[in-house]
Amino acid sequence: MIELKDISKIYKTKNGEITAVKDVNLTINKGEIYGIIGYSGAGKSTMIRLLNGLEKPSTGTVEVGGHQISSISGTKLRQARQKISMIFQHFNLLWSRTVADNISFPLEIAGVSKAERSKRVKELIDLVGLTGRENAYPSQLSGGQKQRVGIARALANNPEVLLCDEATSALDPETTDAILELLLDINKRLGLTIVLITHEMHVIRKICHRVAVMEAGRVVESGDVLHVFQNPQAEITKNFVMQVSGTKESKESIEQILVNYPTGKIVKLTFIGNKTEQPVISQIIKEFDVEVNIVHGNITQTTSGPYGTLIVQIDGKPNQVEEAFKLLETREIQAEVIDHV
Amino acid sequence: MFNQLFPNVDWVKMWEATYETIYMTVISTGVTFILGLVIGILLFLTSPNQIWANKVVNFLTGSLVNIFRSIPFIVLIILLIPFTKFLVGTIRGVEAALPALIIGAAPFYARLVLIALREIDKGVIEAARSMGAKTSTIIWKVLIPESLPALLSGITVTAVALVGYTAMAGIIGAGGLGNLAFIDGFQRSRDDVVLMATIIILVIVFILQFIGDFITTKTDKR
Repeated sequence: MIELKDISKIYKTKNGEITAVKDVNLTINKGEIYGIIGYSGAGKSTMIRLLNGLEKPSTGTVEVGGHQISSISGTKLRQARQKISMIFQHFNLLWSRTVADNISFPLEIAGVSKAERSKRVKELIDLVGLTGRENAYPSQLSGGQKQRVGIARALANNPEVLLCDEATSALDPETTDAILELLLDINKRLGLTIVLITHEMHVIRKICHRVAVMEAGRVVESGDVLHVFQNPQAEITKNFVMQVSGTKESKESIEQILVNYPTGKIVKLTFIGNKTEQPVISQIIKEFDVEVNIVHGNITQTTSGPYGTLIVQIDGKPNQVEEAFKLLETREIQAEVIDHV
Repeated sequence: MFNQLFPNVDWVKMWEATYETIYMTVISTGVTFILGLVIGILLFLTSPNQIWANKVVNFLTGSLVNIFRSIPFIVLIILLIPFTKFLVGTIRGVEAALPALIIGAAPFYARLVLIALREIDKGVIEAARSMGAKTSTIIWKVLIPESLPALLSGITVTAVALVGYTAMAGIIGAGGLGNLAFIDGFQRSRDDVVLMATIIILVIVFILQFIGDFITTKTDKR
């Protein structure tokens, strides 16, 4: 569906060249929700704008839905853009138009007749749950409602791809969840391919199937969300995973335990899928002569199943602790010894 | 009572002059609005990072605007005499005042248009582009409607300035209230004629400002 090959984007400024994106190769499948995460300045904004030709790559090719976006221009590019919609962090609605007229705007651009436009607008208003607010102006709406208008507007021309540029970053946590639910629903119902960029791991966790982590213009890690969560490689990815697994707050408690219990081992257990529900801890205590002290526990839901972390202190005779580890391994549970914070 | 207060005022002449002033103001404001809008949009679209980003066109247009904006109006009228003669065939009368009024006001309004367009959220223009909008669509459906309150308050300011310009143009024989106040009032030492002309000009300005403010507020949905 979407393919980026050897993409680099270099901006020429007065103070020399700035490389926004470097050597990126990426394939996004049809019907997938693909997340790109990174801190600000990592090049994600540029990346997403390469997909609808708002930015042109310095090298490499961008292909979306059979169109070579990086090389077409004029009418061809404008027509391709009608099938690649975009929603924005700050919504970017026309304040001079009502909700209905804002949603109608892309239809006007596509040359849809007036009768069809009003029919389609009505459908979309129902779809995003804004019935009754058709004649309101954007200034009279809340942030969440504005983003719903943005989504309805983006869906007007039945696009194949929806690009989300930090679409929830300006919203409060509850509204964020509601908007994410809506995106997930649209993805399932319409089979739309969604590419989103964000700096919140929460967003990735909640709706994405696959994720790419960006740092300084490069994709440093990518893969299935669950896999990346369980097995983060790059330092930056570990930081992002900590955002949602809550292990950041447990740092202090681990520190305290390391001081209080110099003996034994602090172990971080990672469970994925249905293994999350196994009673391994009680098994260890029953079968071996060890003490288990729970420091921190957390289960996170992702689109492809639950993901859990449990931090425990296992104390006892060295050979007993060793045996306990072996048991954990047979259960395909990742056990990682933490000896420093 | 009116005739006692203004013994020297010839009301027929006064109304004729009022009509001439209104005529000059309305026509020149209308043409200035269109011309200023075109130049302002051109300045905006050719500025860096915009759709038609073009340093040469932007510099030339900008320079032209600045030159005509800097020339004092009374000097501009004199400078434009040959041009007016060529265009209108005469340098006297209401019609002859129009070229100078428009050339004097349009660059000023173009600047106001540019300021108004710069205030538009860049994201909205980007959104329109992401939907596959043509430049003409962006001009008609994004740039103009999204900056309309500022464009309207700008043309109000310009119209009020134009009333002042018509009075100045009157001094070189363009007709209107300025002409009447100067020839019939000042040169014949009839203060009441000057006063009456001033009152009518003030009323015209107040009405213009009122209409302008009213429409501006009406169109602003922010």
